[in-house]
This record gives sequence, C-alpha cells and structure tokens, in this order.
Amino acid sequence: MVAAINDALTLALERDPSVCLFGEDVGVMGGVFRATDGLQARFGKTRVFDTPLAEAGIVGTGIGLGLAGMRPIAEIQFAGFLYPALDQILSHLGRYRHRTRGRFHLPMVIRAPYGGGVHTPEQHADSPEAILAHVPGTKVVIPSTPSDAKGLLLAAIEDDDPVFFFEAIKLYRSVKEDVPDGYYTVPLGKARLAREGSDVTVIAYGGMVEVCAKAAEAAAAHGISVELIDLRSLVPMDTETVLESVAKTGRAVVVTEAPRTSGFASEIAATIAEEALDALEAPVVRVTGFDAPYPPFTSIEDHYRPNPVRVAKAIRQVLAY
Amino acid sequence: MSELLQIIGPGGEAVRPELLPEPALLEQLYRAMRRIRHFDERAVILHRQGRMGVYPPFGGMEASQAGSALALRRSDWLFPTYRDSGAALTYGMPIERCIAYWRTSPHGWSMPEDLKLLPFYVPIATQYPHAVGAALAEKMRGTDNVAMAFIGDGGSSEGDFHEALNFAGALNAPVVFMLQNNGWAISVPTSTQTKATDLSLRAQGYGIPGVRVDGNDIVAVYHAALEAVTRARSGEGPTLIETVTYRVKPHTVSDDPGRYRTEEATRTWLERDPVRRLKTFLEGRGLWSEEREVALEAELMAEFEQAVERADAFPEPEPVEILEHVFKEPTPALRRQREQILEELRG
Repeated sequence: MVAAINDALTLALERDPSVCLFGEDVGVMGGVFRATDGLQARFGKTRVFDTPLAEAGIVGTGIGLGLAGMRPIAEIQFAGFLYPALDQILSHLGRYRHRTRGRFHLPMVIRAPYGGGVHTPEQHADSPEAILAHVPGTKVVIPSTPSDAKGLLLAAIEDDDPVFFFEAIKLYRSVKEDVPDGYYTVPLGKARLAREGSDVTVIAYGGMVEVCAKAAEAAAAHGISVELIDLRSLVPMDTETVLESVAKTGRAVVVTEAPRTSGFASEIAATIAEEALDALEAPVVRVTGFDAPYPPFTSIEDHYRPNPVRVAKAIRQVLAY
Repeated sequence: MSELLQIIGPGGEAVRPELLPEPALLEQLYRAMRRIRHFDERAVILHRQGRMGVYPPFGGMEASQAGSALALRRSDWLFPTYRDSGAALTYGMPIERCIAYWRTSPHGWSMPEDLKLLPFYVPIATQYPHAVGAALAEKMRGTDNVAMAFIGDGGSSEGDFHEALNFAGALNAPVVFMLQNNGWAISVPTSTQTKATDLSLRAQGYGIPGVRVDGNDIVAVYHAALEAVTRARSGEGPTLIETVTYRVKPHTVSDDPGRYRTEEATRTWLERDPVRRLKTFLEGRGLWSEEREVALEAELMAEFEQAVERADAFPEPEPVEILEHVFKEPTPALRRQREQILEELRG
C-alpha cells in the first residue's frame, strides 16, 4: 500500500504545479514509512520539503499555503502526533469556506499513518479519526486496499476542501495487490462492497477491513453469509450503501479499532438505529478498541485491537438474537 | 534592550529628521489614522445604541495599525486579529463589511475577491503560521508579494508564535510579523505575561531581524514596516516588528478595566496619543490646519454614515445559512440537516 501512496503522490506532483508536500522527514529521508521516497529528488526542495518538528506549524503553514492557492499535502508522522496541531485543526481547518462565505477555501490534505497491530512505540498507534470526523468542514478518508489508497488519495488531493487521509500502518507493507497504472480517482463518500452476503452486514474501514474479511471467511465455513462494507470515507459517509445492506440482511456489526466511547462506530450504529430500525432483527453491535490508551505492550497489545475471533463472535451474537 | 525607533517624538517634534518622508506621505499617514479613529469612536457609539455587537476598540493604537498596513500593496496578504479593525480598514476592508462583522452578520465574513484579507482571527496566535504559509506560496509562485500578520504581547506567549517565527526563518518566508505590544492581554499586564521586557529580541532566537518601534509614532511604524516589507519582497525573509503602544481602551466594550488597572498609566499614554502627535508636527510645519481638519472630519463622517446605511441594508441571514459553505458540495448529512431546519421553520 505504501507504494500505491507514493505513486499517487508522484502523479499529483507531476500533474499539478500547485501541489506541494511537506512534513517531518518527508524530504531527504522519504518519510519514516518511505511513503514520500524519492519525491524530493524528483520534484525539488521547494515543493517537497522537510519542516521543523512542530505539528501546529506544519498544519498552520499548510493552511496558509492552501488559502493562497497551493494544494498542500502535509504529512504528520503519526496520527497520534496530530494533537499539538489540534488548535489549528479545530479552530481553523474546516472553517475557512464557511467563515469567508466561500471567498477562501482550503484544498489541503493531511496524511498520517494510524492504528495498531505492528508493535509501534507508545503513542504511535492512535486512531483519532472520530475526533476529526467531529470537526465540521473537514473530510476523513481511510483506505483499506492499495488501489483504493491510490485513487482515494488522488481524489483527496483534487478535493477543494480539507481532507484527513489516514493510512493504516498495519497495511503499509502487509497488503499487496496489482494497482492500476496511471492517474485515476476513487470518489470520496462512496463505500466499497468488499464482500457480498445476505445474513449480516459488517461495516469497517482501514485496518479493520482485512480483520473482518478473515472473520467473514471463518463465518462462511459455518454457513453464515457476511456482507462486508468498506466504508472508505467517514466524512462524507455513504449512509445509503450501509442502509441498503442492512435492509437486506437485517443485522449489523460495526468494527473499528479506536476506543469505544464516542468512537465512529457509535456514529454508524446510531445512523442505522435511526434510519433502519424496522429492518433490524437484532440490536446493532459494535466491536471496537477499548476506552483506554492504546497499549504499547508488545506481549498483550494484540488483545486491544479487534481480531477476527472477536468479530466472528459479534457476528454470531447478532444472528443468535 | 534594542533601540526604540522613533522619528517624531511625543510632543510632535522631529527626533530623526533625516528619516522624515515627503509631506504628501505624511498627510496620507495622518488621514489614515484619523479615518480609523473615526471608525473606532463611531463603532463604540453604535454599540451603545444597540446597533453593533461586542466590539474590541483599538483607539490609541492607530499609528501601529495604519502605519503597518499602509506599507502593503493590495496584492499582499493581511492576517488581522480581532483588535485590528483599523489595520483591516486601512488595507481595504470595506467599512460596511467591518460593521457587519461586529454585528455578527455573515456579510462581515465576505471579503472583496481582490483582497487577500482574512477574517479577524479569534484564536490567539493561530494566524502567524497561516501568514508563513501564504508568504511561502507567493514565493513558490515566484511573485514578490508578502504576508503581514498581527499579534499582541499576549499572543507572543503562544506556541504558534514561536513555531511560526522558526518556520519563517528556516524557510525564508517573505512575511512581516507585527507584534503590537499594547501592555495588556485583557487584564494581564505584559510584566505578568513574560519576564522579557523587549519582545523584539525574540527574533534573534530564530535568526531573523527584530525591530522595536515606538508604536505611537506612525512615521516610525511605517518606516520599519516598509523596510521589512521591502526586505521580504527582495527575498531577504521575515522580520519581527514590535510596536510599543498601549491599549488605552477596554479589552472590549463589555470589559471594565477599572477592575484590574489604575487610570494613571492610561493617562500617561493618552499624552502620547499618536493622532495628536502627528497633527502637532504637521501644524508646526504648516502642513495642516484647522480648516483642513474640519473638512476631513466632515468627509469621514459622510463616509462612515454611508457605510452604516449599506451595512443596514444587508439582509438578515436565513437559518439555513448556518449550513452553507461547509463544503463545496453539501454532504448527504448536511442536506438532511438543512431539511430539518426548514421543517422546524415550517413548524
């Protein structure tokens, strides 16, 4: 997936001279995960540059670049390092179009690796997407496959509004597939049907999609047909696809690795409860991380992140209701 | 302590005659100060009449605001804080838009398309990094446009201030950082805010020039701002300018400074009034007269009254406007929420 992201960044920089890319260690080093490998050498230090170690500075400067007509792509080294920039994000990022009545807008992308499952050090595995989805005026996109990562990232860069683009660390090198060559976009706000089924709808995004796919395989061995929806983008959310599926299956399990309380799983579950109660044969079940900081304890951290077993259990639970 | 740049002293005497600009420019500086003072005074009156919301006056800081904004071209950027109505108006913000802003109307958020003016910044110091970014963008596009941002002494305690100075230095951004040291962050005096007594020295830590100016001497402010703007245009990077001035007015019209300060210091500063200072100087040189003052007053009165009429004519915003301009295309959720508002309105 990391190669697909690098490919998308290359194409965007090639295509549009107003695209620029910056962050900590993105230039000479090519990013801690090599997502920006070779880009500075190819496009120069003006358009691809290393910044001081200052997240508020990175996001704030990016906002200024975007206001002034560039298409800034800011890399935050880890999603858990976004917090120093929260003032910029909460106070400004999503408000420009609104508070200038359309006079200014902010075609900015903030990329960040997120999530657990690879035994990163403390505070490197956070999933703060719900905090950001809660901010009006900003979009949140989280791909789960390399070809989606490429197409969604190019769509995010093309988008005239600010987009958070979170990349599951777990998927950077573990998922591989043939990615189409050349420039293409995957529209934001359209979910992907990852697996068709009839008994239960499972909704996930990012790093959880492969976990749910394994759970679906396991369930299939027991004769349970799982429909798996990869949400792809949280804001805008493709409610329609989710509701259509729930209308068909009557059961829903929502899976995220972020903490449970006020997590995005709650948003999806509430939407289903509000819009599709008549179709439901069972309460919507959430499978999530816990309301505790992500544990950087190698030996036990795998208990935090939802795994196929936990998801399969939830699937059985909604079917047994 | 750096040297305090002063060209015209508190009594209206030329301290650095070699730095005096042409009479025509002196008159322009004076008119600009008078114009924003008129606005400031009328705004407070409008508030008392219930025709304006909460308003943060800048009276006494006219030299700092007009002197710096006049150094800009229309193609430059201006990032003002909520106390910088004066700078925004000098730069080109239409008066009716400024009134509308302080009436909390969305019409105060709309700016002329050709003006790179941002709405007044409320979260403290957040505008500094934005100015760095805008300046960098101009540099990337190969223009010689610059960005100017304002901050107060309180704002210079924020992390964003320091990050922006460092960014601007490291990336050689064509930006002018105005730091209006007006002595107060609401009720907190600068001496409580920081142990530093010379805020312009902070620039040194980031490897950029820092200049300390008498903020009540518009000639000095303009001189320093123009030098900084010129340096930025020619690729020499950022400058920090501290204008030493005073907030003689309350923090906002709803603030009572009597709770936290004596009027003694304020009286001292009133004697250093920037408008009177230049007027005295101009009169002494035969460049200004009472007749011209009366004519100017009438001109400003008419301009302001017409702007009030235009502001009064702005339509009241519709409730659904709350949901407008969130995204280029409203999301399905926003569309549903818009329907909800309309439904509630239908009752």
